[in-house]
Amino acid sequence: MRAWFPYPLLSTALVLMWLLLNQSVALGTLLVGLVLSMVLAWVAVKLRPTRSHLNRLRRIASFGLRVSIDILRSNIAVAGIILGTRGQPVRSGFVSVDFDVEDENALALLACILTATPGTAWLEYDRRKKKLLFHILDLENEIAWRRTLDRYEAALKEIFQ
Amino acid sequence: MSHLTDLPSWAAIPVCMLLLLGAAMTLIGSIGLIRLPSFYDRLHAPTIATSGGTVLICLASMLCFAVLQSRWIFHELLIIFFITVTTPVTLMLLGQAALYRNRLEKPRDVPQTPGRPSKEDSQ
Repeated sequence: MRAWFPYPLLSTALVLMWLLLNQSVALGTLLVGLVLSMVLAWVAVKLRPTRSHLNRLRRIASFGLRVSIDILRSNIAVAGIILGTRGQPVRSGFVSVDFDVEDENALALLACILTATPGTAWLEYDRRKKKLLFHILDLENEIAWRRTLDRYEAALKEIFQ
Repeated sequence: MSHLTDLPSWAAIPVCMLLLLGAAMTLIGSIGLIRLPSFYDRLHAPTIATSGGTVLICLASMLCFAVLQSRWIFHELLIIFFITVTTPVTLMLLGQAALYRNRLEKPRDVPQTPGRPSKEDSQ
């Protein structure tokens, strides 16, 4: 099985994407999707992506839900700031937190999350010092964001081990 | 494929709401690009458009065409996925470039990294 599908997650994602694009689950589409995912996974072997192991599927679901809620709340908050509902100019600034996650894919996921959250922008991660530098639009929420980052760190560690 | 006038009103209302809300979010993001004072602040504004705006507009599209063709439509999930995965590339590039430049020109305004960045950090 490993020889045919060197990256099971990647292959699954590719098959899913193929089915979504074709909007059908007919046998023919499924077969073409399987062959495609196999060939593309072999190509991916040449690129040598870092392997990570996902575990605790239930944890992933709850993490995803929490991230979605955070993004939604941040959307509303930043929209309020831009429209100037608060009356005074907002204080923005840099925040640096300790973030001890080794896995590259976990860091990539965190970059996606931080970027998708309007209140935060990923700037830099120092791998040797394990420090993450990001910028937040509203410094009043600094403590809340630090706490959020701590929760993300714990969840990512658990999911990606 | 049928015309949009065939859309029943119970579906038309939520589709309109989602579409208008998504468009409003995107507009707010663009206004933010003009109104926010510093470069780092302006990094935040377009993300409203790429997260909130895109999701809402894609949901509207999914609902509209699912009702019109009376089957489930999931294409838009791919749009949401790829936009979420690709925005960080640009934003991180912009942010790092600004940070690099500010560290050279105005080192007091931005936090310094202790020690030079090594090769693996820039990967």
